[in-house]
Amino acid sequence: MAYEFSGRDELSDAELLELSQEAENEATPSTIRVMLNEFKADKTAMASAIFIVAFILLVVIGSFFVNVPQIMQTDLMGYYAKPFTNYILGGDSSGRPILSQLVVGSRNSILIAIGLTAISSTFGVVYGLVSGYYGGYIDLTMQRVYDFMMIIPMLMTIIVLVTIIPHYNAITLTLLLSIFYWMGTSRLIRSSSLAESQKDYVAASKVAGTSNFKIMFREILPNISSLIIVDTTLSFAENIGVETGLSYLGFGLPDGTPSLGTLIANANDPNNITQYWWTWLPAALEIILLCLAISYVGQVLRRTANASQRRGN
Amino acid sequence: MWKTILRRILIMIPELIVLSILVFLLAKAMPGDPFTGSINPKSNPAEIHRLMKANGLFDPWYVQYWHWVVNLFHGNLGMSYEYQMPVVDLIKQRGMNTLWLAAFTMILTYAIGLPLGIYAGKKEGKWPDTLIRIYTYVTMSIPFFVVLVIGIWIFGYALGWFPTSGSVSPSVSGLGPTLLSRLGHIILPGLLGALFGTVNIIQYLRSQVIDSKHSAFVKTEIAKGVPTKAIYRHHIFRNSVLPIAAFAGYSITGLLTGSIFTEMIFSYPGMGQLFLNAVNFRDYTVITTLVLLYGFLNLLGTLISDIVLSIVDPRIRIE
Repeated sequence: MAYEFSGRDELSDAELLELSQEAENEATPSTIRVMLNEFKADKTAMASAIFIVAFILLVVIGSFFVNVPQIMQTDLMGYYAKPFTNYILGGDSSGRPILSQLVVGSRNSILIAIGLTAISSTFGVVYGLVSGYYGGYIDLTMQRVYDFMMIIPMLMTIIVLVTIIPHYNAITLTLLLSIFYWMGTSRLIRSSSLAESQKDYVAASKVAGTSNFKIMFREILPNISSLIIVDTTLSFAENIGVETGLSYLGFGLPDGTPSLGTLIANANDPNNITQYWWTWLPAALEIILLCLAISYVGQVLRRTANASQRRGN
Repeated sequence: MWKTILRRILIMIPELIVLSILVFLLAKAMPGDPFTGSINPKSNPAEIHRLMKANGLFDPWYVQYWHWVVNLFHGNLGMSYEYQMPVVDLIKQRGMNTLWLAAFTMILTYAIGLPLGIYAGKKEGKWPDTLIRIYTYVTMSIPFFVVLVIGIWIFGYALGWFPTSGSVSPSVSGLGPTLLSRLGHIILPGLLGALFGTVNIIQYLRSQVIDSKHSAFVKTEIAKGVPTKAIYRHHIFRNSVLPIAAFAGYSITGLLTGSIFTEMIFSYPGMGQLFLNAVNFRDYTVITTLVLLYGFLNLLGTLISDIVLSIVDPRIRIE
């Protein structure tokens, strides 16, 4: 016993502090660290994540080299050009190169999906957090608004709004969509914020006189951050479908602005769908691959958020 | 329980009012007026002015709203100027087609979802479970319309197994052949819709079955020597399946939203296609009626689901 005590004397206070800090870090690894470990343990997830990032970079950088007005011009020489003849991926009914449209369209669709996810998730998180934290009448009122939003026939209302807004572009479209796609996130965050606000640390913080704002955003928010990351990732995959679906129907991005949805809309022509498959199939496959990869990453993150399902250490 | 149901219905009333105001404002925001399609372009502007005044188009919005609601209750939803017929008749006609497709999709959804969900739960962690989970993961990730497009390409055009447009083949006559032809037209869209609609059911059932598998009462039964099959049939199955009924109401929303894509891709003459046409032709009376109708159906769907859930699951009633 005596020896152990003497051993302790050799450590300076600074060293002791450092050691205890290290021990603490090991006991409660940060969310980011846990997620990194999880990716290291799952090679498919790693590959998916790399694929997504590389793909986004590729289309964003690649689109700088594409002259949009030029490729959207009709070119009689490229009329339904087969792949690897005039253009690498062939041409559409107006002889416009599919590959360039695909690059610009992917950029547009992905950027809108990112913007939509950022805005709607932020709003959904704040809405759910406030609703769940305060509870009572505030929660009741906010949930009535939520219920009402759920009743509105979303797709139809968006289509009607798109047709009555006089001059809309990618930004207006993103904002418009954001009005309708925050509910899922808010529901999820509300339930965990409700559970979190019952915990002792919140009660202790309240007694200590911390402001509600600070408790919500500095204390509860970090504690549910992993959940938010998971939800955001999964919403991102979903939101790619939202914009492309709308553009597919012809109510998304305006004419002359390529999107993955407008490319798939080439399939509406029975001739295109059978004979000229290259006009729409690449875009369809791209959406499938991208959504599967993003969603896979989301599933891995979900496992990370739920300690019992982790694979890495 | 009656208290819960009554409260739920009372909540519905303000929601319905707000919905109708929203739809009314949407209708007002749309360019043009109800006469745009029906009046002669050569009409005298003064005459148009008189007509508009006579129809109360210069009244304050709440007066106009009131007239609109009164008309609504009298079943007077206006005329479609594209089809030149009352909107009510038009919707009755198209609604039947959508109903056929929706009912068929719903039946398939449960026929696929129930067994898969229970089986996945039963085989938790084994390869059938993994396979089913991959299936739910894939259908959850990919946008529905992309799969519809690829589905119609492969099974409709390339293989030619199913018709690619319409609701009945034009050449058939007689009740039997007509019904068969109708079925033929909805099999592919219905099946694809069902494959995508099952995710919630499967995930819910799977976790329910796993939960009850590990619960104390099932362990007691096993200890008592009750055969596994009987436990599944009498307890696990019954416990898990009842709440699933409630999903039917909620899924109305999904079915209706999906129907816009399905009906467009399969050129199926239902309400979704009617809506898209109406938007393209700026047929405002049809648009507003459909938005209102779909909203009302959503409301009804959630109401029924909530009531079913509160009957089945007493825990919900307590709050």
